[in-house]
Order: sequence, then C-alpha cells, then structure tokens
Amino acid sequence: MRRGLAGLVFESLCRGLTFVTCAALISILGLIVVHGVGVITPEFLFGTPTEGMTKGGIFPAIFGTICITLLMIMMALPLGVAAAIYLVEYAGKGLGPRIIRAAVNNLAGVPSIVFGLFGLGFFILFVGRNIDRVLQTGLLFGQPAMLWAAATLAILVLPVVIVSTEEALRGVPVSHREAAFALGATPWQVVRRAVLPQAYPGILTGAILSVSRGAGETAPILFTGCAYFLPRLPLTEFLGIPIINPLDQFMELSYHIFIMATQSTDAQVTRPIQYGTTLVLVTLTFVLNLAAIITRNRFRRRLGAARP
Amino acid sequence: MVEGGSLMAGTAPGALRTASLEMPRAGGGRPGRRRGLGEAAIELFLRMNGWVAVMLIALIFVFLFKEGVQALFSIPLSDFLGTTVTDYRGNPKVVRMWQPVSELPKYSLLPLVCGSFLVAFPATLIAGLFGVAGGIYLAELASTRTRETLKPFIELLAGIPTVVIGFLALATLGSVLQGLLGTTYRLNAFLGALGVSLVIVPVITSLTEDALRAVPDELRVAAYGLGATRAQMIARVTVPAAVSGIAAALILGMGRALGETMIVLMATGNAALITLNVFSSVRTMTATIAAELGAVAQGGEQYQALFLVGSLLFTLTFTMNLIAELVLERMRRRLTL
Repeated sequence: MRRGLAGLVFESLCRGLTFVTCAALISILGLIVVHGVGVITPEFLFGTPTEGMTKGGIFPAIFGTICITLLMIMMALPLGVAAAIYLVEYAGKGLGPRIIRAAVNNLAGVPSIVFGLFGLGFFILFVGRNIDRVLQTGLLFGQPAMLWAAATLAILVLPVVIVSTEEALRGVPVSHREAAFALGATPWQVVRRAVLPQAYPGILTGAILSVSRGAGETAPILFTGCAYFLPRLPLTEFLGIPIINPLDQFMELSYHIFIMATQSTDAQVTRPIQYGTTLVLVTLTFVLNLAAIITRNRFRRRLGAARP
Repeated sequence: MVEGGSLMAGTAPGALRTASLEMPRAGGGRPGRRRGLGEAAIELFLRMNGWVAVMLIALIFVFLFKEGVQALFSIPLSDFLGTTVTDYRGNPKVVRMWQPVSELPKYSLLPLVCGSFLVAFPATLIAGLFGVAGGIYLAELASTRTRETLKPFIELLAGIPTVVIGFLALATLGSVLQGLLGTTYRLNAFLGALGVSLVIVPVITSLTEDALRAVPDELRVAAYGLGATRAQMIARVTVPAAVSGIAAALILGMGRALGETMIVLMATGNAALITLNVFSSVRTMTATIAAELGAVAQGGEQYQALFLVGSLLFTLTFTMNLIAELVLERMRRRLTL
C-alpha cells in the first residue's frame, strides 16, 4: 500500500500516542507496586491502625470496603436488573422507555460529588431524620451510616448495572424467545427460562464492574458514613451471631488513602502505609475488572458461536 | 402506549412475529389467560423498577436545588460575583473571593468556576490528543489482535480509582513536574489536569473508536478506489464522517473533567484564585464541596451556598451531556441514511 511520508508520520503518531497511554497505565501500576509491595505483610492486612494511625494495619478499611460494596450491590443489582428487563423485554419504543433511557444516561453523567451532596441532603437529613421522627429513635437513622453510604453508591452504579444487563439481554438471540413463545410460554416464562439463563454471565459482568467502581469511589461517601478512624469493626450482635451493622460508620480503603495523604500531621512518615493501602485497593479493583473483562469476552464468544 | 392487555404486550421485536404464530394454535383455551394476573403484576413491578431511574434524577434535582435556591435568598445575589469591603483607607473595594468562613463571609463563585475550567480545559486538550489518536489507531490502524490486546489495557486505565491517581499526583508526579518545569507551586491546575486527563482518555478513546466504527465500510472502499492512501482515507473520509461522534466524545470527556473530584482535591492545591495561569494553584467547584461540606452547619448559609455550587455543577454537566447526546443522535441519523 502506498503511504507517503505524511501518512507515515500520521500513522506513527497515532500508534505512538496510544502506546504512551498504555505506558502511563503500566508506570502507574509499577510505581504503586514498587513502593507498596514491601509494606504488605500479614500484620498490615489483618491488623488495626495503631499509634495515631502511623503504624499498624488496615484491616478495618478492607473490611469496611467489602461490607459497603456488598450492601451496595444488594441494593443496585435487583433494581438495575429489573429495570433492564423492563427496558429490553417489555417496553417497546414508546415515550416512556425513552424517558427512562435518558434518565439512566443522565444518571451516569452526574458528578460523583453531587451524589455525595444528594446522599447527605436526601438519605441522611430527609429520609433518616424522618424515620427517626416517626419511630422515635432519637438520632439513630439521621446520621452518616454505612446504610446511607451504600445507598448513595448504589445510585451511582445503577446505570452500570442497567446498561450491562441490557447488553446481556440483547445478546440473547431473538430466535430463542420465539421458540419459547411458540411452546406457549408467557412473557415472564420466556424471560425467566429462556433469556435470563443465557444472559446470566453478562449480568454478572455488570455486577462485578459495579462492585469495582463502587469500591474505588470516594466522593459520594465523604459525608455519608466514612470514618477517619473507628476503633471497632461495624458489627453488631443479632441473636448471638455477629452481623454487619448498617447503621454504624465504617473505614474504607479509598477514603483511608485520601485522609492519610492529605489530613495526617506528617504525610511523609506514613507514605509507606499510603502506598500499601493504594496497592491493596488497586489490586482489589483490578482483580474485579479483569474478572469482568474475562467473563464478558467469554460470554461474547459463546453468544457469537450460537448465532447462525 | 398499549401495554399490559394482550399476552404479547410490547415485547422484543421477535415476539411480535410469534404472536401471529401462536394465536391460531391457542384456539379455544388460551394457556396464557390463566396466568394473566400474575404476568400483569410482574410487568408492573418491572416497569416500576424502570421508572426508579427517572425518580432518582428528579430527586437529585429537587434536593440539590431546594437547598441551592435558598442560598439565593439568604445571601445577596451580588455576593456570588464579589463582595464589597472597605480597605484600610476606608475606600470601598470589590473582592472576588470564596471565603465562607471569615468575619465577612465571601461567596464569589468566580474563582471556583475559573478553577474548574482551568483544570477541565487542559485536561480535555491533553486527553483529546491521546484519546482521539488512540481511537483512530484502534479503529483504523491496529490489527484485530493488537486491538484485542490494547483495549483491555485502556479499559483497566478507566478502572483505576480516582483517589489513587490523585494520590500519585500528590506523592510523586507533583515533585517530578515541579523539577521539570520549575513551577512556583508544587500542586497546581496543570498537575490536576494531567491526572484528570488519565481518567478521561479511556472515555474519549472508546467513544472515538465507536464513532469511527460506525462509518460504513463502503466509504473506505470508495476512498481506496480513488487512490487514497490509508492516512488520506482516515483524514479526509472517516474522521470527517465521524466528526460529530468525536466532538461528542470530547464534550462528554470535558463534562467528566468538570465533575472529577478526588484528583483535583488532592492535586490542585485548593487556593481559590482567579487566574489564567495553569501553573497556579486553583480550587475547583467539586473540591470546594468535598473540602467544606463535612465541616459545615446543616441548613446554614455556607451549607446552602455549597448546594448552590453543586446545583451549578449539576446544571453544567447535565447541559454538556445533553449536547453530546444530541450530537450523537444526529450522527446516528446521518450515518444510517
């Protein structure tokens, strides 16, 4: 193929800039691993912060991150999947579904700090305080808590769940729906028995991506439940069994990084802890992201093979 | 909308075709009828879940503007531009500062808006360069195998928590950059913009790639047929055809840059100045909310002012998303014709 000098320059420029982007990712990861890997010890992973957070481990933050993302996905997944099923399987091309799609798109574009404002103004001060007033519980619900932080994050990841579930449902061949209808299945039976089982890996991908996204977000939880330092785990006893207490505050990895890097008295001294925490958080989100990408690629290949 | 009544109520496109197949077979006792009530209940439930997204957007709007609008009443409107103070000689002087915690609280939004754009513009420029080049490379130049390898990389970049990028900017990149450029402030708007551009490069890359892939192959074949080289074909045919999609990618990227919080909070130095110097410390709208909301009396003047900043931010990003959406819509219509 004829290229010419200008063409060659242009093509190399595009290629070069793309590789610079990839190199940026690699150097970010390299930096974190090099600085952080020496800090990772069993005591760091399973200990609590000591001596005014200048020593010790980050277990409460890891535990808090797991708790809040679980709580978040428990709220976002049923809601998002149901909404996506409605959009793909039930709604036609009318005005209603178009409004819903526009709302989902907009929700995805709302800045994360605005979710933080909303979480404080709506969940804590409106919903929480009103629950307190009705139930006469003093100031139990109307204050920052894991429940509200998780609810705020759930709204943030809702578009991710909806869009990826939609994609998964669309991937199921129409002929399978036709076959099910031809056998006399009702619309819900078609969804339940023919569509959902095949869309399951795709929905799982969305769920994993949401968890990864939620685990990395800091701005929405700044005012809705994060604690600088909590000497206890957010647990409570229920019938003698320890369970997560959704009304307690919690420590969280990304918030821990932020607070250690900016608010501590001597950020230089605790730099190793900051890098260690960063490495743990990045590892967590990367493992989740990789899992999602692999699940999705498999899913796409399988569906591709199923198509005529 | 006609829904809920018939068995086939507005299902996927294929279902409509099956409806005609099923009707004669059902004959006397239609099997769907018995489950009619349950089916309707399920559909109602699913539809309600769909409308939750609409309700949430409405709630965000209401709860943001409810407090934000109150600020317009409790604080004199002119204060959002500048506050008049008397200097030591007794002369009145207008100061444009954001200083809510002081003897005379100052609520000028100008330094915050200025700060936000001073980060978002350079970030969009940098990310635009890398993102559009990346999109062109992935869509037009790279082999399938290279693309399949590189795409997950770029997606992973999007998966890095923003607080991590903010932290690295604060901990290492800041000093490196200061050493290289000799800037006065270690933490400045440009450092923030670099960090933010890392977050929006993947967005712009994948949207550019999508836009280019939507261009029909006939155009490429025709360009080659006229003797164009690959670069000429890209520069004169596919990129112009996809230009609205690329523009939408840049607008969306800029919207994301305006809304980015943790990176700018950690990397820009947070000094509320009105300046056009990208190497100066700035304070963005997002960082202001993040830094101040935690320590403010609920329902007070400053609390309302912060919600007003939030409302402004929401309106800005909402508008940009809307414009991008409209531009994309236009491109889709044009390319399908």
